[in-house]
Amino acid sequence: MICLDDVSLSYKGRSGEVTALAHTSLTVKQGEFAAVVGPSGCGKSTLMKLVTGLIRPTAGAVFVEGKPVKGPVKIAGMAFQNANLLPWRSVLDNVLLPLEIVPPHRGRFRREKDFYRARALDLLGVVGLRDFAGRYPWEMSGGMQQRASLCRALIHEPALLMLDEPFAALDAFTREELWVVLRDLWQRLGFTVVLVTHDLREAAFLADTVHVMSARPGRIVETRVVDFLRPRPLEVCYEPAFTDLVHELRGKIAEVRQA
Amino acid sequence: MKIAAEDVTPVAFTVILFLAWEGACRLFHIDAFILPAPSAVFAAAAHYWWPLLKNSFVTLWTTVVGFILAVVFGITLGLVVGWSRAIYRGLYPVMIGFNSIPKVAVVPILIMWFGIGEIPAILTAFLISFFPIVVNVATGLATTEPELEDVLRALGASKLDIMRKVGIPRTAPYLFGALKVAITLAFVGAVVSETIGANAGVGHLMVQAGSNFQMPLVFAGLLALAVEGILMYALFALLERRMAGWAFRASMSAAG
Repeated sequence: MICLDDVSLSYKGRSGEVTALAHTSLTVKQGEFAAVVGPSGCGKSTLMKLVTGLIRPTAGAVFVEGKPVKGPVKIAGMAFQNANLLPWRSVLDNVLLPLEIVPPHRGRFRREKDFYRARALDLLGVVGLRDFAGRYPWEMSGGMQQRASLCRALIHEPALLMLDEPFAALDAFTREELWVVLRDLWQRLGFTVVLVTHDLREAAFLADTVHVMSARPGRIVETRVVDFLRPRPLEVCYEPAFTDLVHELRGKIAEVRQA
Repeated sequence: MKIAAEDVTPVAFTVILFLAWEGACRLFHIDAFILPAPSAVFAAAAHYWWPLLKNSFVTLWTTVVGFILAVVFGITLGLVVGWSRAIYRGLYPVMIGFNSIPKVAVVPILIMWFGIGEIPAILTAFLISFFPIVVNVATGLATTEPELEDVLRALGASKLDIMRKVGIPRTAPYLFGALKVAITLAFVGAVVSETIGANAGVGHLMVQAGSNFQMPLVFAGLLALAVEGILMYALFALLERRMAGWAFRASMSAAG
């Protein structure tokens, strides 16, 4: 699905050349849930932009679905730490936004609005927001906004979901709730996920594979397969094997921060 | 309908202002030629109600026409300027320079070109009021959240898509803020032009009254301008509530 082959990226910063990524290689299989963790400023977000084609690598090549990435990939849904909903649109209309842009929906959108609305309402139902479809984003809590943001990222049934610390701004309880929401959405729809996070428990709970990045210039220093049985209940987080995994990941990151 | 204290305060303040003015004039025996008391001003307004009304109307329509030109031109230029960084950088200094020119200095040129009449007033109103509209529309576009842009670009949205779906709607509060400033500026422009050279308008009336030493009428003219300005401002404040109400409510966000 995704393949980064010896990718480097540098750009001109205020104080000369900055290398955000150096010789990074990464493979994510179709339908896989991959998490990327690392110390702050290690180029995790840069990685996301490279995969979606928003920026081009300085060296190396990025492939998505077997094709080299030359521009925005158009098959990706994205969600960020900030929900970024449009305040002049209701939740439902926010969720419908991608359908007004992505072909072939954009051509059909006006004619088949009822069909798309029903679809959006179904999706909102999955994340528990069906009754809030008519509300405006600023009438909702941060967790609810983030749920809506996830729906917006998934409404056009993208093959790839890119998440950049989507739950970082939420409180611990809401975050765990949304882990479960994301887990269920993923198991139901079967898309490929790349989750960038600095929350190791989040990565260990959700992902099939966890990639650890080094400090800037970033590159993947370790890849761990997480093989807890699915579907995973939240209780997994309190098992010794889980704690050990988080502990090891933490050790690895402490190590790369020192280096 | 219940009347809240908030609705009464503007009226109360206006009344108090006039009473204080009247009181000061009487207490200090201020010559009506220096500062006429409100009673004298209102008396003049009542006496000359027809010329006041007629000239107010002229000022109003020249202002509104100039303002409409400014809105059309300002929005267009604002969209162009906000569209790309290169245009923004290139045009901005030129516009700042242009805006720094006192418009009073331009009026004689306009009169030379178009003769005495309404056209210089319309053009001065236009020239003085388009700048805040351009700046605000461009700012609204330029401050679109980069992450939101990424979301849309990753969907394959073109620049035009991003403008239509995000850029333009999010400029609405900026635009209406600018319109409220611009309409009052447009009045200033029209009146400045009328005082320099015109056959009609409140500015013209005030110059005439001044040269006849009719100070109460001069002040009545000022009062008429203030009333017109307030009415137009209120109109746009109302439109703002209607069209960009989400911006007000969004700032009182319930999130948390």
